Amino acid sequence: MPIAHEFDYVKPGTIEEAIGILAEHGDGAQILAGGTDVVAQLRDDAITPEIVVDIKGIDGLGDIRLAGDRLFIGPLVTFTDVIESELIRESFPLFHEMAVKVASKGIRNRATVVGNICSAVPSCDAGPVLLVYDAQVLLLGPEGERTVPIDEWFVGPKKTDLRQCELVVGLEISSSARAFGGSYVKLGRYRGEDLAQASVAVLVSPDYEYRVAFGAVGPTPVRARELEAEIRNEEPSDEMLETARKAIPRETSPITDIRATAEYRAHMLEVMLERGIRAAVARLNGGGPEYGTRHI
Amino acid sequence: MKHSITLNVNGEEWDVDVAPNDTLLEVLRERVGIKSPKVGCERGDCGACTVILDGKTVRSCLVLAVEADGSGVLTVEGLSKEGPNELQQAFIDRNSFQCGFCAPGVVLAVSELLATNTSPTEDEVKEAIAGNLCRCTGYTPIVEAVMDVVEKDRT
Ligand code: FES
Ligand code: FES
Repeated sequence: MPIAHEFDYVKPGTIEEAIGILAEHGDGAQILAGGTDVVAQLRDDAITPEIVVDIKGIDGLGDIRLAGDRLFIGPLVTFTDVIESELIRESFPLFHEMAVKVASKGIRNRATVVGNICSAVPSCDAGPVLLVYDAQVLLLGPEGERTVPIDEWFVGPKKTDLRQCELVVGLEISSSARAFGGSYVKLGRYRGEDLAQASVAVLVSPDYEYRVAFGAVGPTPVRARELEAEIRNEEPSDEMLETARKAIPRETSPITDIRATAEYRAHMLEVMLERGIRAAVARLNGGGPEYGTRHI
Repeated sequence: MKHSITLNVNGEEWDVDVAPNDTLLEVLRERVGIKSPKVGCERGDCGACTVILDGKTVRSCLVLAVEADGSGVLTVEGLSKEGPNELQQAFIDRNSFQCGFCAPGVVLAVSELLATNTSPTEDEVKEAIAGNLCRCTGYTPIVEAVMDVVEKDRT
């Protein structure tokens, strides 16, 4: 079935040019990077832009680099780019572990990390991991630059804090997370294409400060701050894990949908959190499974 | 508004006028006449429309033709100009496919893998084709054929 909706297409060569086009068309403009969501939504008439603005002609937006003490990820960085990056594999291995679990190769080759958080479906894989990394979203609009902590980025299902005419120009992660242990546990129906039924990201610092985030069990990916506070500075023990499990219902609101029931999600979260914490701590201490492992 | 684009398809240059809402899949099939990429789900789930775009597999149902301007596209027609290549022959020998609808996508997904990893494990092969749904075979004869090629090249 062809795409019925008609639109114009432009491919600006600079960020300024792109912002100019966005400013001119307002709501009528749709930014296009990898297209794996945008083209599917165009076909469904879920979006009906006047103009599609392809940002793949802009130099520098595909960079993965260290800028001072921060990792910069450009908006054209695909999940395949993340997987192939030595820098990420070595210093931000949790990011690597997440990327290998996204959809399938043909999607990862095209889909971008930034696109993933702009589509902002509750099950997006990048969400929980960027939340525990305390990432910053860098934006540029007609009024200038703006930085939004990832915690404030997701405001509802498929809704973000992106303002009209703004472009996400990158993500930043502090390299203080380098010494941490992490894990990303993703539950899906089958390998290859499926969205998460539930996901858990865990990051633990050398003094056992935990950061925990959940995906697909609420309207947005969420950071579980209360849960984190309750297990702070504790090594995993039966008691500590029990405390963590008990805190899950306060942090999440799973629903029943086509991919799983609320009960199943709630039950599996307990299993996933325990495995996630154990793997993150084992990795912190130099052991544990190799990053990229399926924990479930 | 129409856009004039240039595609290199299996080594041949094509100039085509496309509308912004034409997908690469449609242009390849209807305009260039390459029929191996199949129209399956048209939403990125099945992998039947897989082509290799500038060296990487993509779902051509999720790529606008205009985005591919100036790019190189490889399909199974390009792999087998002089008859089936080694991988394709292995699939024939193992009788790997039944209806064959998934076959072009699977062949390209495995070709992409073997281009960078000449001795993948069975798990790596399964991961490489995890996005190519096959409703007929249960995948076993597909994976076996790939492992035949891998083992032959190892010895
Ligand atoms: S037709 Fe493109 S992925 Fe199914
Ligand atoms: S052989 Fe029929 S779908 Fe794979």
